[in-house]
Amino acid sequence: MTVRERIRQNISAAFYRHGLLCASYPVPIILFTSASILTCCYPLLKLPLPGTGPVEFTTGVRDYSTPSHESQGDLSERPDWYRGPPVAYIQQVLVKAAVSPWDNSLVPVDVFRSPLGRVFSVLEEIRNHVYTDRSLEALCLQVTDLLPGLRRMQAVLPEHGCLLVSPGNYWQNRRDLFDADPDLLKTVHQHEPKGLHTSATLKDLLFGVPGKQTGVNLYSKKRVVTYTITIALSSYDARFVASLRARLKQLHPSANCTLREDHMVHVHFKEEIGIAELIPLVTTYIILFAYIYFSTRKIDMVKSKWGLALAAVVTVLSSLLMSVGLCTLFGLTPTLNGGEIFPYLVVVIGLENVLVLTKSVVSTPVDLEVKLRIAQGLSNESWSIMKNMATELCIILIGYFTFVPAIQEFCLFAVVGLVSDFFLQMFFFTTVLSIDIRRMELADLNRRLPAEAGMPPPKPGPLRPRETPPPPRPSPHTITLQAPAFRNLRLPKRLRVVYFLARTRLAQRIIMVGTVIWIGILVYTDPAGLRTFLAAQVSEQSPLGEAGLPPHLGVAPVFPGGDPTSTLSGLPAPEPTPLPENQSQGHRAAHPEVAPVSSPQITWGPEDEELWRRLSFRHWPSLFSYYNITLAKRYISILPVIPVTLHLSPQEAIDTRHPQDTHHAPPPSIKTSDLQTDLTLYKVAALGLFAGVVLVLLLFCLYRVLCPRNYGQNGVPHGRRRRGDLPCDEYGYSPPISEISPLLLRGHSMDIECLASDGMLLASCCLVGHIRVWDAQTGDCLTVIPNNGLRRSSSSGCWEHRDGWDHISACEAENIFPIRRRTTPARPALFGDQPDLTPLIDTNFGLSPPSQALSSSGFDFGGLVEKAYQEHEPSPTLAFPPSPPASQQRRRSLGDQPVLPPELPPQNNGDWDSSVWAMELRGNLIATGRSSGKLELWDAVEGSLRCSNEDGVSGITALAFLNNRIVAARLNGSLDFFTVEITKPLGLLQYRGPPGRGSLPPSPCYSSEDVISCQLTRSVQCAHQKPITVLKAAAGRVVTGSQDHTVRVYRLEDSCCLFTLQGHSGGITAIYIDQTMVLASGGQDGTICVWDVLTGSRVSHVYGHRGDVTSLVCTTSCIISSGLDDLICIWDRSTGIKLYSIQQEVGCGASLGVISESLLVTGGQGCVSFWDLNYGDLLQTVYLGQSSEGQSVRQLLVLDNAAIVCDFGSELSLVYVPSVLEKLD
Amino acid sequence: MPRLEEHCWSCSCSASVKTQELSSARWVVCKTAEMMSIITSVLSHAYGSLHSLQSANLIRRGLVLFIVGVVLALVLNLLQIQRNVTLFPEEVLDTLFSSAWWIPLCCGTAAAVVGLLYPCLDQHLGEPHKFKREWASVTRCIAVFVGINHASAKLDFANNVQLSLTLAALSLGLWWTFDRSRSGFGLGLTTAFLATLIAQLLVYNGIYQYTSPDFLYVRSWLPCIFFSGGVTVGNIGRQLAIGSTEKPHND
Repeated sequence: MTVRERIRQNISAAFYRHGLLCASYPVPIILFTSASILTCCYPLLKLPLPGTGPVEFTTGVRDYSTPSHESQGDLSERPDWYRGPPVAYIQQVLVKAAVSPWDNSLVPVDVFRSPLGRVFSVLEEIRNHVYTDRSLEALCLQVTDLLPGLRRMQAVLPEHGCLLVSPGNYWQNRRDLFDADPDLLKTVHQHEPKGLHTSATLKDLLFGVPGKQTGVNLYSKKRVVTYTITIALSSYDARFVASLRARLKQLHPSANCTLREDHMVHVHFKEEIGIAELIPLVTTYIILFAYIYFSTRKIDMVKSKWGLALAAVVTVLSSLLMSVGLCTLFGLTPTLNGGEIFPYLVVVIGLENVLVLTKSVVSTPVDLEVKLRIAQGLSNESWSIMKNMATELCIILIGYFTFVPAIQEFCLFAVVGLVSDFFLQMFFFTTVLSIDIRRMELADLNRRLPAEAGMPPPKPGPLRPRETPPPPRPSPHTITLQAPAFRNLRLPKRLRVVYFLARTRLAQRIIMVGTVIWIGILVYTDPAGLRTFLAAQVSEQSPLGEAGLPPHLGVAPVFPGGDPTSTLSGLPAPEPTPLPENQSQGHRAAHPEVAPVSSPQITWGPEDEELWRRLSFRHWPSLFSYYNITLAKRYISILPVIPVTLHLSPQEAIDTRHPQDTHHAPPPSIKTSDLQTDLTLYKVAALGLFAGVVLVLLLFCLYRVLCPRNYGQNGVPHGRRRRGDLPCDEYGYSPPISEISPLLLRGHSMDIECLASDGMLLASCCLVGHIRVWDAQTGDCLTVIPNNGLRRSSSSGCWEHRDGWDHISACEAENIFPIRRRTTPARPALFGDQPDLTPLIDTNFGLSPPSQALSSSGFDFGGLVEKAYQEHEPSPTLAFPPSPPASQQRRRSLGDQPVLPPELPPQNNGDWDSSVWAMELRGNLIATGRSSGKLELWDAVEGSLRCSNEDGVSGITALAFLNNRIVAARLNGSLDFFTVEITKPLGLLQYRGPPGRGSLPPSPCYSSEDVISCQLTRSVQCAHQKPITVLKAAAGRVVTGSQDHTVRVYRLEDSCCLFTLQGHSGGITAIYIDQTMVLASGGQDGTICVWDVLTGSRVSHVYGHRGDVTSLVCTTSCIISSGLDDLICIWDRSTGIKLYSIQQEVGCGASLGVISESLLVTGGQGCVSFWDLNYGDLLQTVYLGQSSEGQSVRQLLVLDNAAIVCDFGSELSLVYVPSVLEKLD
Repeated sequence: MPRLEEHCWSCSCSASVKTQELSSARWVVCKTAEMMSIITSVLSHAYGSLHSLQSANLIRRGLVLFIVGVVLALVLNLLQIQRNVTLFPEEVLDTLFSSAWWIPLCCGTAAAVVGLLYPCLDQHLGEPHKFKREWASVTRCIAVFVGINHASAKLDFANNVQLSLTLAALSLGLWWTFDRSRSGFGLGLTTAFLATLIAQLLVYNGIYQYTSPDFLYVRSWLPCIFFSGGVTVGNIGRQLAIGSTEKPHND
């Protein structure tokens, strides 16, 4: 007992108790766990949402100073990224230019040619601006080469100099090129990418305003051209910027401009995720999902595989969340990229423990209580779980000592994650598992046919009392599975999940809700300027113009109050410029609808203040990325714009015209331009519709290709589960219908009285006294031993070899016709010499069959039958037909010389009128006990009488044949012990082949030439006071039960009475003894006693039935008894507690057999039923024949090869238990 | 070829010096893989002729391993590139797929050879590998291998010794967690040693010249990556061998 062992035991015990706790209080524990998960995840709310858009921070211009690299603690409102200098300061000069007044002599090109041409002068001004010996060259951001792939942009974007972009870049900032350009629009558009583009285009970059607002097109309504000159400054010099602003304002005054100039906005960009970076990430996630898939695939044998897999994943995920939350709570802010390390964390924490737990719990014995199963499963795996956890912690600890900060952080997360994962496994997953197991047991109960029972305390769960509905009477030879219970389990689970999803449209709804939530989050956090974009869209299309929207939508924090001039919206702003030719405009503008030709108005509204917001949020990153400068995780500062208003006279516009400009088409009416925008809208709508239709068609085609036509129509699952229309349970098992059809052995003309088998052969004896021997494997009739008396009277004691072909064929036809056999058609019966005795049968006889072989007065039909035989005179006698190969084979093996017709033994001339009361079969010897007290030994194969003993006079009620001893119980209560002696004739020994078939049991083998004698060795005269009713022999003991309420145990060898067992208060009706010396007896008083054969003491004594105990069988764990009250009771063998009972139909249930440890077979009215012993559920009922009314199975033998034989009126029925039923144990 | 390659890389990654060194390292990796594939292809050919009956099975397994190797090589290359180029220009992908098209092929071949050698070695040694033989474990192993690469690519270490030690510890941890067999350890070690040696030989024989004098960085992570890669691929190979002999894993 080392320390390790002790620790192990302690851990195991602790886990056991924990499992009990979890399974006992599932709901409170799950609530508790959920609460703790939520508590631990609460700190996560503080973390920013993982958005893709840039983050802004606004500061004042006046007291601006470049933030230092060290974070100051007091400035809590500052974001983390606001440290150090920005990548660049962006100064935009927003130019609005218009030709005014507009007159009809102008061509559309004039709208933008001359305003664009003014950019060069403004540029010149900016470049040459000097403030106290500081020029732009000194302050601006110097850029080097463009990226090598962007050579086509080399002509457009600046290189090796200031990053200063304007529309003039299209013409290399040269006025002469501009003037020489015949088609400005073409120049602008030739750099636009073809097809779809999502991020900033070159036009956006150069113009610095969204493409729609530039006004550079032929159909512009407003005739105002807007563009910006964007300057990137590397360092911020407030005075220089202020002087530049003042200078530009002075040159180009904007009278009504009230743009605020005191705020600068810092924009922080998140890390870029490109395709190339995404590939490894996606790969890791694919690996992660493969891992989860392969892991959860191993979950088996549970009620809901999906549910448990989900629970496992939830366990891992929420443990990760908990770890992040806890780490945040204790002040550790995660700096790692969560998305990148997440798969590795999942893999490190792993799903193994969860799977091991499931497997361990599932593999515990099914019959235990759920609580105990959980506890046992937990404690089985406790040691390995703890060991693995310790190992992982050690590995992570080692990783912690690498002193690499990232690895240390990872390890920290992993440790916390591991611990919280352990916590969740123990509390959350275990509880979910217990719920699942409980559900599975309930489902099992519902699925199977339950048993009636009084509920014993030890097994309350699985053994609910239920009324058994009487099984329906179906056509013969079919299996009746409990259809209603099975029906709802027809579909395999995964199909049902699919149907469920399809029915509720769960997936679509979840996707919809998710999309709505995501959009909501997007709008709320506004990462990409979506709100302003939407606002712009709405304001453009709204009939109210910009007034339709409150002004704070665009630039909410900056303009709380809004600008009164801007809210006037549709109305033009007050007179913008003091130019004299515009004086009339103010009046015209006040009534815009009056104006026949709208003159362009230059207005400045708050939306112009931060026009860059309307650009794509990838605008700045893409601009900088052309020079291989990344903005990821860095920020830029955007200075307030400098407004520049340009008014051009029409003459100026005409002067700057290119000669080709006038060749353009005349200006289309405003209506067409309206149509134009509408058309684009329609185009988009049509495209969307078309795409939708194509998608639907594609999906439909996919559906038709992938799914068969009858998919989901009649519930027949496609794929590998297709097994006909049979009902199948959730594991896809459908019972094969043909395997269990019984094999009827016909040939007896009267009801079968005795039945005996030794596994290979089967002997049956009917009321007439005919004995037939069958092959227990195939059901072939091997031998017929007719009643000797009749034989002799009919055939004068002479065995005739008569040609029996016609009879055989008749017999064969008779055999085949009603019997539906599956294996082989009926082989020709060997002997067809029986007259039809059916008219002789008194029909009343069938109503009161002798229930046991012990009936005090046998029926003797000798006289009746003899007459029938006389009428049937020409009937052939016993013959050896040459046809059956088995017989020939046998004869050849016996010797080559023709077998002589065996002479009847000389002593065989006794009492022919007596009937057979008891019969036993061992080897190929049949021992029969007759009502006359005569004991006969027959050769089972040859059908010849080998010896007989007439020592007793009282009828033999029971026989036991063990080894070479025969014990016969007689009606008068005496017990006779016989010894069978075999002496082989010496002369024949040497050349005789092996006697019998090779598969015969080796113990007593007799060949036909042996001389067999049967001698009475001992006769116990008064073994019992009253007739002996039961006689059983096993394990060297002979047990007798009598009507005198006692059971006696004799030793077989010396016939010595060992014990007299008293305890019953009624006659003994049933006794069970087997090789393991278990002795149980049942009496007429309904009691069952279990005895210890070695000591003779009574182990237990229970009152089981109201009425006689008719039959008793034991398995290793329980005792099964049936009584006259039609109950089958199952008792625990060691404690004597009744586990449950099964109510059977009235008038049946006298016969029992145990096929395996958990499979019980009972005889009923024309049927046999198979029961699952563990649950008491009816598995199957096999109907033996059509005319089963009133004929109950009275005797039932279980053969070695899992077949059962039962009598069924005058027929024998051989039922092969299908192999699937054996799987149950 | 080397000059072209160098040109490409110097063009695309002009900003960073380290990338060149990285590219050279990857070039070495691939040369190594190529050489290994040449050597081992002879072996595998001989082996294949000996066991012609199993050839179909072998080819199938080899194909799977080859694909795995190709995919892993591509992904890991991208990871290594990411170390210095945070913002990808679109050209990186072009260069990756145009000039270095044979790199993944070599890696795939090497993976196929190593992955086939592992079960073969197990068979010859007579000690079948029984430890954690299931696909979930194999997937976990691949994930850890990618994670090691990720760590070597993304993390900043103080010096090369620390990098080496950390990676070695991680690789040993991988072997201990998923393999635990002496043959696996030996084969992994041999793979790492041979591959590194061939890489060095290639360099010192002047077949390829480094643009950066700091080769220590590359040398510090090469053997560990080779080792863990060998163990991972061997794990896959073993699982494939089991799967093909016992049951086809088709779901």
